[in-house]
Amino acid sequence: MSVTYLEAIRAAQEKALREDPRVFIYGQDVGEFGGAFKATKNLAKLFPGRVFDSPISEDAIVGVAVGAAIEGMRPIVEMQYADFSTCGFNQIVNQAATLFYRTGVKCPIVIRMPSGGTAGAGPFHSQSMEAIYAHYPGLIIMTPGTVEDAYSMLLEAVQIEDPVLFFEHKFLYYHLKAPALPTEALPAGKARIARAGRDATIVTYSAMLHESLAAAEILLEDGYELEVLDLRTVKPLDTDSILASVARTGRLLVVSEAWPWGGVAAEVIARVASEGLELLDAPPARINALDTPIPYHPNLWAAHRPTAATIAQAARKLLEL
Amino acid sequence: MASEAAADCSNPFLNKEVYLRAYRIMLQARILEEKLASLYRAGSIRGGVFLGKGQEALSVALGINLRRGDIYAPLIRDQAGRMAFGDTALDTLRTYLGSLLGSMRGRDGNIHRGRPAEGYYPMISHLGAMISVVAGALLARRFRGETGIVGATTIGDGGTSTGAFHEGLNVAAVEKLPLVLVVANNHYAYSTPNMRQFACRSLADRAAGYGVAVREVNGTSLDDCLHAIGAAVGDARAGKGPQMIVGELLRLVGHGEHDDFSYLDEKLKKSSLGRDCLAIAEERVISRGWATKDECQQWRKEFALEVDELAGKVLREPQPDPIVEDWCALSDKRFLDSPHCYKR
Repeated sequence: MSVTYLEAIRAAQEKALREDPRVFIYGQDVGEFGGAFKATKNLAKLFPGRVFDSPISEDAIVGVAVGAAIEGMRPIVEMQYADFSTCGFNQIVNQAATLFYRTGVKCPIVIRMPSGGTAGAGPFHSQSMEAIYAHYPGLIIMTPGTVEDAYSMLLEAVQIEDPVLFFEHKFLYYHLKAPALPTEALPAGKARIARAGRDATIVTYSAMLHESLAAAEILLEDGYELEVLDLRTVKPLDTDSILASVARTGRLLVVSEAWPWGGVAAEVIARVASEGLELLDAPPARINALDTPIPYHPNLWAAHRPTAATIAQAARKLLEL
Repeated sequence: MASEAAADCSNPFLNKEVYLRAYRIMLQARILEEKLASLYRAGSIRGGVFLGKGQEALSVALGINLRRGDIYAPLIRDQAGRMAFGDTALDTLRTYLGSLLGSMRGRDGNIHRGRPAEGYYPMISHLGAMISVVAGALLARRFRGETGIVGATTIGDGGTSTGAFHEGLNVAAVEKLPLVLVVANNHYAYSTPNMRQFACRSLADRAAGYGVAVREVNGTSLDDCLHAIGAAVGDARAGKGPQMIVGELLRLVGHGEHDDFSYLDEKLKKSSLGRDCLAIAEERVISRGWATKDECQQWRKEFALEVDELAGKVLREPQPDPIVEDWCALSDKRFLDSPHCYKR
């Protein structure tokens, strides 16, 4: 028996619906059809009236969730693709994210964001948008990279009284498996050492966790032991764990599938430079997607995003400085 | 349009008590806004001042038809509707003057005022965005099994051009929610006239496209507004789905107090749309024998005195202190992102 990343997301939603009558799920095709990726498969049948289709109206979907949350509900919104959340951007960053600060009234909504690239998905079904939302105060940004986190962090997101954007990676949906659903979990906001090492720290999250772990295996052949830190939540960013790891290794490489300009990788490096410059034995480095729209063709796409090979190359360069 | 005779005898939405209450609230709102303009000119108010002069009849007619337990998300020219729903001159002054004791505690200001826990939602500036929020609130009430409540929100002619307006109204119609949407066509979106804003005959024509019931009303007539909005709110409350009202009127002031209104078409100003709804309502009150001119004058004096006293009090109230402000956008402090390098 095993459970996939996608099944974990579905299972977390089923549990949330079962245990909390305030929870409902709203989004495009999430009802009887079960969602574009089947993340809500059979949930409409199991919970009549609580899992239902929206029109293709991202702005209104988020607005509806905010209104329902003000009135005491716990909506889970599915954006069909994170890319389409730009059409609901205003309600996320100006309505949901400002409500508590302005009024003292909480806004407990969860927006599921199927994110990141897959071969052939192209410019509008592949984006990693976590940094755009992390820029705004008032939002919690989760980026689970494991089956266990996909399950436990989504359940935690539903319990949190503030807006949570849950960036689940589509590349992990079917291929990433775990033996079973977890029974205990690290809380959101805490990074996890996915692999311990002494020579350099790779800070990463989401699908890049697995490329980074593979890169660490490649460099092991050269005798280098890389530490891989999985951020899990990019906002709040577990700065203490990052600094502690860099203190141990003296070198930092940040890996992100998002574009480079003003992103999570840039923020991690800025914090280490500001608070732990003396810990570094070499300039901090980052590797991101290239600064173009995400290409359609698998050959181009594979070269556009960081991979185990390019991460290993960047790490080797860092280690040789 | 409701006739005078209908207004006096058989119209269930018009009676002396309701009409006088509506008129007095309009008067209060007008006097309060005159004070706000004066405080702005004196430099006591930071940011903008946006007045509803000329729109009080349409606005109050919505607020007065709502009950405790309903939801109301007003827009910038709804001082009268807000006061009819229960907002006070005191909280208005506190919010405009940045008092720490106001409902927004200096974190937001002027017309961005509300108490969501009491069904009174503070607008954001992005027009149309409140429609879907009210729809979501109504959905939540439906989940809880509540019936007989309505959610109301307002917008101007310019706001109907936004995608949020379309998406919000469509969602409310798909879900058959008891939403009341009042469109105040005041003929200018800031300075942009109707002819540059939309190409249909009337904004009311849009309702059919959503499957939403619509009423067109003379927004300068309190009689007509009370009648039409009363009927619309009643239909929404009775489960007849979303209701739209389009009120034709003219904003009698600039977009904000900073605006010289130089773009106003003189022909429009001299047309029936340019009539002052407060003056018309007062004429009706007097002609129907519900109050004398002296009584109206006396009320005006009393309200002005009250507002002056409140403004004096609020000007002495504490302002927010950046030292004690918690600077926290999340309710759950466990998830604060506050590295040392952000601290000043």
